[in-house]
Amino acid sequence: MTRIFPQPFHTLLLTAVWLLLNNSMSLGHILLGLILGIVIPIVCQPLRIPQPKIAKPFKLIPYVLVVLKDVIIANIEVAILVLGPVKRIQPGFIAYPLTLKDDLPITLLASTITMTPGTCSCELTEDKQFLYIHVLDMPADEQSLIDYIKVHYEGRVKEIFGC
Amino acid sequence: MLDYAILFVSGVLSIALVMNLCRLLLGPNAPDRILALDTMCINSIALILVYGMHSGSPLYFEAALLIAMLGFVSSVAFAKYRLRGDIIE
Amino acid sequence: MSFGFELAISILLVIGGIFIFVGSFGLLRLPDFYTRLHAPTKATTVGLGSILLCSMLTAYATEGRFSISELLITLFLVITAPVVAHMLAKVAMHHKVRMFAKTKHTELVDTARMQQPPASDSSSKLDS
Repeated sequence: MTRIFPQPFHTLLLTAVWLLLNNSMSLGHILLGLILGIVIPIVCQPLRIPQPKIAKPFKLIPYVLVVLKDVIIANIEVAILVLGPVKRIQPGFIAYPLTLKDDLPITLLASTITMTPGTCSCELTEDKQFLYIHVLDMPADEQSLIDYIKVHYEGRVKEIFGC
Repeated sequence: MLDYAILFVSGVLSIALVMNLCRLLLGPNAPDRILALDTMCINSIALILVYGMHSGSPLYFEAALLIAMLGFVSSVAFAKYRLRGDIIE
Repeated sequence: MSFGFELAISILLVIGGIFIFVGSFGLLRLPDFYTRLHAPTKATTVGLGSILLCSMLTAYATEGRFSISELLITLFLVITAPVVAHMLAKVAMHHKVRMFAKTKHTELVDTARMQQPPASDSSSKLDS
């Protein structure tokens, strides 16, 4: 089983993307998509870097919804800052202490931070201990921002990966 | 009414593209110029999609997808070049 | 197509256009590279997402074909926009791009360039 489906999730994803790309649900496209979805992971198996498994896939749905809500709020906030006077902008850098250890969760967290309110992840330290973040509108209390990221995003990412 | 909305959005997107072009020409540094190019890619995808809505043809979608992929790859390639051209590894 | 549906699509389209405009305006207006990075990555992605949603709904309303493939572009952009932003921030740090005078904690850039943890005084200040 594991030899035919080394990555069952990728098989499903590739089939879904193939169907989306062709915009059809006909039997021929489903079969072709399944063949591609089975062959490509087998061919790409030697290139794969081992990543932690997603422990609770259903936790992804509330995470995506929370992030979507934050992205819309973030956009309105950034739009107000951009259109308002430049003097009001107070940019700054912070170093965010990471508790995650693996690459995939850190990538997910960094992408989320970039997409949400006035923050943009800039650089990761070599030992994966700190994530440097540029903040467009720095609050007076920096610890509150770190706590917000810790509770809202990092906690949920940890739950998803079960670490 | 939808026609007027499409006309308005095309105008807004054209102005946005001109502003990106200004940043591309003004940009004091290389990162600014790469960012302007990346934004121009995204804006032209939007313009193509709006034109596709106007003409009612599904073919423009393919062009938009191609520009999205090429835009991402070229931005990353530019950024990598600027990162490695300077630092000896 | 009914009037209400057309109105909804038009409003969504105009909102998307305005978001893209704000993103490009921010790119032109904001004072330094790091603040400029914020405007296009966020506003433009959401604006484009809203225009793609419109395109989907229009195709459904006018021709009755359910075109879901626009979701693919949205998904692709949501995944790639943060990657490009991260790479460009790295480039800017390596080039020591000029920063806006009011920026707080500029000393963090020096350690970030070397991919090292922050110097002890600032980290103790942040961790405490």
